[in-house]
Formats: sequence, C-alpha cells, structure tokens
Amino acid sequence: MTRNQRLFEVVRTGLAILIALLIALVIVLTVSEDPADALYKFLLGPLDSFRHFGNVIELMIPLVFTGVAISIMFSAAQFNLGAEGGFFIGAIATAFVAIKFNLPPVIHPVVAILFGSLVGSLFCGLPAALKVRWGASELVSSLMFNYIAFFFGLFLINYLLRDVNAGAMVSYTFKPTALLPRLVPKTRISYGLIVAVLLVVAAAAFMTKTRWGYRIRLTGANARFAQYSGINTNSVVVYSQVIGGFVAGMGGSIELLGMYTRFSWQSLPGYGWDGVIVAILARNNPLYVPVAAFFLAYLRIGADIMSRYSDVPNEFVTLIQGTIIILIAASSFLAKYRHRLVFKEALESDAKGARR
Amino acid sequence: MLNIRNRGMRMDELLRMEGITKVYPNGIVANKNVDFSVKAGEIHGLVGENGAGKSTLMKILFGLNKAEKGRILLEGKEIRIDSPYAAIGHGIGMVHQHFMLVPSLTAAENLVMGLEPRKGIYLDIAAAIRTTEELGRKYGLVVDPRAAVRDLPVGIKQRLEILKALFRGARILILDEPTAVLTPQETEELFVQLKLLRQAGNTIVFISHKLNEIKELCDRVTIMRSGAVQGTFAVSKVDEKDISRLMVGRDVILEVQKTAARPMGTVLKVNDLVVLDRFGKRAVNGASFSVRKGEILGIAGVEGNGQRELVEAITGLGTFASGDLEVNGRSVAGMSIRKIRDAGVCHVPEDRMTDGCAATLGVEANLMSYNHDSVQFTGPVFLKGKAIRANSDRLIAEYNVKCSSPEQEVGMLSGGNIQKVVVAREFSSAPSLIVADQPTRGIDVGATEFIRARLVELRDEGAAVLLVSADLNEVMELSDSLIVMYGGKIGAYVPDAKSVGEEELGLFMLGLKKQSPEEIARVVHD
Repeated sequence: MTRNQRLFEVVRTGLAILIALLIALVIVLTVSEDPADALYKFLLGPLDSFRHFGNVIELMIPLVFTGVAISIMFSAAQFNLGAEGGFFIGAIATAFVAIKFNLPPVIHPVVAILFGSLVGSLFCGLPAALKVRWGASELVSSLMFNYIAFFFGLFLINYLLRDVNAGAMVSYTFKPTALLPRLVPKTRISYGLIVAVLLVVAAAAFMTKTRWGYRIRLTGANARFAQYSGINTNSVVVYSQVIGGFVAGMGGSIELLGMYTRFSWQSLPGYGWDGVIVAILARNNPLYVPVAAFFLAYLRIGADIMSRYSDVPNEFVTLIQGTIIILIAASSFLAKYRHRLVFKEALESDAKGARR
Repeated sequence: MLNIRNRGMRMDELLRMEGITKVYPNGIVANKNVDFSVKAGEIHGLVGENGAGKSTLMKILFGLNKAEKGRILLEGKEIRIDSPYAAIGHGIGMVHQHFMLVPSLTAAENLVMGLEPRKGIYLDIAAAIRTTEELGRKYGLVVDPRAAVRDLPVGIKQRLEILKALFRGARILILDEPTAVLTPQETEELFVQLKLLRQAGNTIVFISHKLNEIKELCDRVTIMRSGAVQGTFAVSKVDEKDISRLMVGRDVILEVQKTAARPMGTVLKVNDLVVLDRFGKRAVNGASFSVRKGEILGIAGVEGNGQRELVEAITGLGTFASGDLEVNGRSVAGMSIRKIRDAGVCHVPEDRMTDGCAATLGVEANLMSYNHDSVQFTGPVFLKGKAIRANSDRLIAEYNVKCSSPEQEVGMLSGGNIQKVVVAREFSSAPSLIVADQPTRGIDVGATEFIRARLVELRDEGAAVLLVSADLNEVMELSDSLIVMYGGKIGAYVPDAKSVGEEELGLFMLGLKKQSPEEIARVVHD
C-alpha cells in the first residue's frame, strides 16, 4: 500500500464512524425526552468514573483475543467464524482444569489456559480439515460447529461440572489457585490485559516477520500464486485456522479466569462475532486490533451506561455498529475517490514507464 | 499514423467516441485517449492483439465499464451510457464472447427475458415463440424457439444472442470476437447473416484479431495497440500486412541482439507426454522434445493447440496422463511444484495477474515468494528483513522496476513493471530451465526489449529456455530453434529459427503443412 492509500483507508474508516455517530445523534434526538443527557452518557459516560473506564478495558480484553484470532484466519482468506465456538469451548475446557485439578498458583491458570487454547485450536482446525479433505466451505461448517460447541459445552457443564446446590445451571466454583489475579485494583481488569498486549505484539511479529505469517498473507492475497511459488497452501489453510482457534480459545480461558469464579454462561457470549467486527475495523492487522477493540468496547459500555441512566435502550448501539460495518465492508463507499487516486498514480507511472 | 480527431462531423457518421481514457482499479491504463467512430450501415472491424484495449473500449460503449475521460456522441448528440440498460435504450447491443444465456431455458424464453410478453400474470409462451420465429425469419437467423439453450450448438447460441440484441431494438451491434468459438463453416454462415443485417441497415462493430476475416467482412477497420488507436482505414485501401504491422507494431520492435547459440547437454527432456484437458480431451497428444543448455527453443502455434497444458505439466501447475519429464536427467513426473522448482525450473506464467503475483501485496513480498524460506532469507524463527530488503533493492535496480518503494502494491504498477517483478523473481533463482510463457504479452516496448535481452543473457550464461509465445515476431526473433504445436502434437521442428519464413511457419501452425516423423524426431537430443 502506498502512503496515499493507507491514508485513504484511515479517512474512510473515520468517515464511516462519523456518519454512524451522526445517525446515532439523530436517533437519540428523536426518541429521547432528554437527548443532551442521553448523548452525554453515551459519549462520555465511560470516562465519568474509574469504574466505568475499567469496564471498557475489561470488555476490550476478550475482543482483542477474538479480533486477533479472526484477523489471522481472514488474512489467509479463510472465513472461519468458529472463533465464537472456540472461545466458548476453550472456556469450558479451562473450567474443567480450574475445577478438577489441584495445582500450585501461577502454574494452575497457565495449565488451564493452555488446555483451553488447545481445545480452541482443535475446534477451529476441524472446519479447516474438512475443507482440505472434502472441499467443505469453512464458513458454513464453522458456523454450524459453533452450535455444536455450545450445546456440547453445556452438556459437559451439566453432567460433569454442575454445582447442584447453586440453584442455576452453573459449574462448581474454580479453585482459588486457578483464578487470574487483578491487575488494577477497584476494577475487574486482570493480568489477562498483559497477555493480550503480548499477544498483539506476537501476532503482529508472526504475520509480518516470520515465514509462516508471510505464507498466510501470500495465500490470502492470491492462493494460486502461492501454489505456483511452491507453497503448500493446504497446510497454510490448516495452520492459519488452528492458530486462530488457539487464540480464540485462549481468549475464552482468560475471560473466564479473569472475570468469573464459576462457569455461568447460558448462551454464546458473542465475543467471536464481535471479533469479526474488530478484525474488519482493523483491516486484519493485529497491531490495529487493540484500537478497534477499544473503540467497540467504548461504544458498548457507553450505550450500556446510557440505557441505565436515560430513556434510550442499549440495543441502539447495534445500529451504530451496523452502519460502520456496512460502510467499511462496502468496497464502493468512497471508491470514486480511491479510483481517482489510482487513476492519477497510474497515469504518472505510465508517463514515467513508457518510452514513447 | 492517421489522426481522426478534430475532424468535422461527417454526415453519415452514426456514433463517435472521443478521447476515451480508461484506467482499471489495478492501475492498468487500458485505453489512452481513444477516438473511434462508426458510420451508419457499415461493418466496422476493431482489431488488436490481446490486451490492446478493444474489449475495454466496447465495454465502455455498452455501459459495462466507465471511462475516466472522454465522451460518446450518437448522431451528433452527446449521450451518457452508464449501464447496459442505457446502452440498449440508445439502440446499442452487444454479443459477448461468453454467452449470456440461461442454459436450462428455451431459446424463446431466453430471447424475451426481461421483456416478457404476458397473459395476465403468466408468461405468454406462445407469444414468445411467435416472436422468436418472426424475428428469426425477418433477419434470416433461424433458431428453434422450443429447444433448451444447453442443447443448442455454439453457432446457434450465438445466433440467439444476436437475435436477443435485435429484439431489444439494437441498431448498433457489437460482436466481441464472435468467430473465436465457431467452426469454419459456422463462421461462414455468420458472415452471410451479418452481411444481411448490414443490408437491412444495421451497423456492426466486429472485434477480431483474425485479419482475413476483417478483409472479407468489414468496410472499415480501426486498429488498436496497447490502449491507443493506430488508425482507421477503408478495408479496400489496406492489405493484411499493413494492418498486422500496425497491430503488432513490428516496425518499432528492434531485432534481438544475440549471437548464435552453442547448445550443450540436454536439460529438459519431454517423452511422449499426454495431457488431458478439463473435459478429458487430449490437449497434448504424445509430444516428445528436448531443450538443451544454452539454447532457446521456441514453441510456435495458434493458441489452444496444447501449449498451455504442456507448460502446466512441465511446471507442475497441472497434471499429465502419461509420458515422462526429465530435468537434468532426473524424472520430475508427479513431483510437487516445490520439488520441480528446486530441480532448477523457473516459470514465467502466461497470466501474470492470476499466477504470477499477488496484486495486493508489495513488490518485496512478490519478489521473495519462491525463496522466502531459504537460509539466505530466514533464520529459525524470524525472516531476515535486512537481507530481504537488500535483495529486493538489488533486483528492483537490476530489473529497472519503476516503483515508489519495495512496499508498493504490485497491482499498482504498470503491466510492464509487474512483469519485470515476475521475471526478476524467476530469473534470480539461478534456474537451469526457464519456461517463459508469453513473457512480453501486453507490456510496453521498453519492458519487452529488456526481458528479451535478459532471456538471451541467461541463455549465454548456460540456462535452457523454453519459450512459448503467441507473438510470431517474438518466437522467430528470440528462438534459436523452433517447434510448432498443432492439435496437441509437434507438427514441425526447425533447428535454425532463422531459416524459416513467416509464411511457412503459418502453414505449419494451421496444420496445412507437416513434417515427417523423422524430421520432427530430430528435436529429441540425448
């Protein structure tokens, strides 16, 4: 990408966000009795207290994991949506280790998280294997597998880990040795934040500085060219999704051990879907994932605060999200300007290139 | 060069395109300030090589592409054509190379699609059939209205496409290489029908690169080369040689400077190779030949005579049914692309955008695709960024690639520069066999000369070169010896490429002349 084009993408994203916020403004103005207050809560609520800002960071952590997971898979042009199921089933696996094993502190969460990550990678590797072996679309199979992960996971909780005395369908409490300690007091921000930061750096280095990441990018950009260059694209298809699943599973594990003391999810938590939004905003670049995750988390917490203290419901944030995604995913949004840019550069280089 | 711009509007001029410039999103300039005009009631030929911009120009006229600059005038009035719908509204119809028909529906249903006659809420099939028959009689384009399109032969499908355009009120018909899919008999029939249409007052734009067809059918001809118009002439006033000179621009291509080849040991040995195409047909039907160190063996032939399948089999991109392939004495049959490359084979692919590069990645990422995991470029974990950058800087300088930085997207470069990136990567792998398939197709003169000279240099350094090209000039100029492929077989072997004339080669290419098996067998060296 030339600098002009990169700048163009930034402007495009910014404009999409701006338009979405304007639409939000219009909606709030029409539905609210006190629009100024509602808007204030929405836009600045997350900053009004330490606790609220903490909420943003807490929500950002799982989004970073699923965002990175999806970015890696999408970079290889593998549209695996199994991050949702990988996140969930990874958390179940972690809950199992956290409940059933007796291990010393530090070692206990590490083992639990690694086990959760492995289960996640296995889970996301399944659609990949089906694709390589039988040409099944990973998009369809991963989507279906998410439900298998969900119901199989609940089955495991119900028959293996359920605390019958708890009154709801939740697991036994985790062993205290397994819990991730708080990083920032008075919030629920755990040491997961540090893992998330390390992950972003590692993923960015993996994608741009190693031969495996290079092969993923090459395969994603043009699989035929990768094959022609002698790269085994089948192996790329598999390992990109296995790695994506590993990261998603790790996200689920860390979310569970950092935020909860029992497994209590009764539905898919949705972080995998949000990861798709984050990856699209970040253009599949791991380095941009924290920014995108922060942005999305901020929107969500802002909307949440607004719904609690004003008369505008929480759901309206999905409108903003939807608008942003449509505008960014729609490649023809502002395409005219992009094309004008291409046109100018092409004529210039043509004038330089041709000796006529 | 004939300049038709700024000339006063003539009375019989029906359509005029002025100053059309089109840049594709990947930055390729397909039309450069093109002027094109058509008179009422003529058949106007539009000729040029692949990638000369003919189809692009016509797609702009039909509203499928949008031009960045220029205007279109119909009967002297400027019109806007931003969709095929608008084009049809102005009486412009197009018959595409690939038919736009629904195979499972009947001819009549295809004809009326979108403008169906109705009876209440139902489609009036009887009326559709009547219309098809009437229209067919009127224009002499008879089609069985009840036959399902998938059962119709290609020639009839095309006839139906023409009828479709006429049904929608087309007065100007654009035919995009209509004869490419037809047998000679079908072609003759088509020409009769087109001449009838002309008599009936229709105007036809006929895209082709077959000059004899232009001579037979057209009144005037416009010649395009690399996106620009080279001139418009009355067909009666020019001969095929003039047209071909303007089309391929032989006059500007310098002769390739090279000494006589000194062939040494055999590098590639192809033994009785049979390759099946997608339909199970024998695309390569028992070809045996060898390429020696220090020689350029050219393969001439009309496209579609098995050259592509042969190249794909040698380079590992495709599979083959029987026979054997040896590189430097070792069989590479059934090996992965990786192993074949490691055996010293490099490949300049026919279609650089599909196989030869990743358009959305940078120049550097494209230069390292084959050897990114060599010890030179990667440690146990991390790539050696500095070594890689040094290598790309060297190749960019050596191959004179015009790019803003090694990170610029390849898709943003001009065709010639993209091809330089491809050859820089392939040639720098120290190959013992270079398979160059259409190495200079559709690129500017400077890049063409450069790549040809580089091929000769590599030959002199001891590489074996297998050159496949649809460009007759290129095969004749660049090759040391030649084989001609016809119908999946080797039809002729010319040990000294300089000893054969264009005409004789043409006869071999069309299968009108064949060598004896003994003469052909000389191409197998030990």
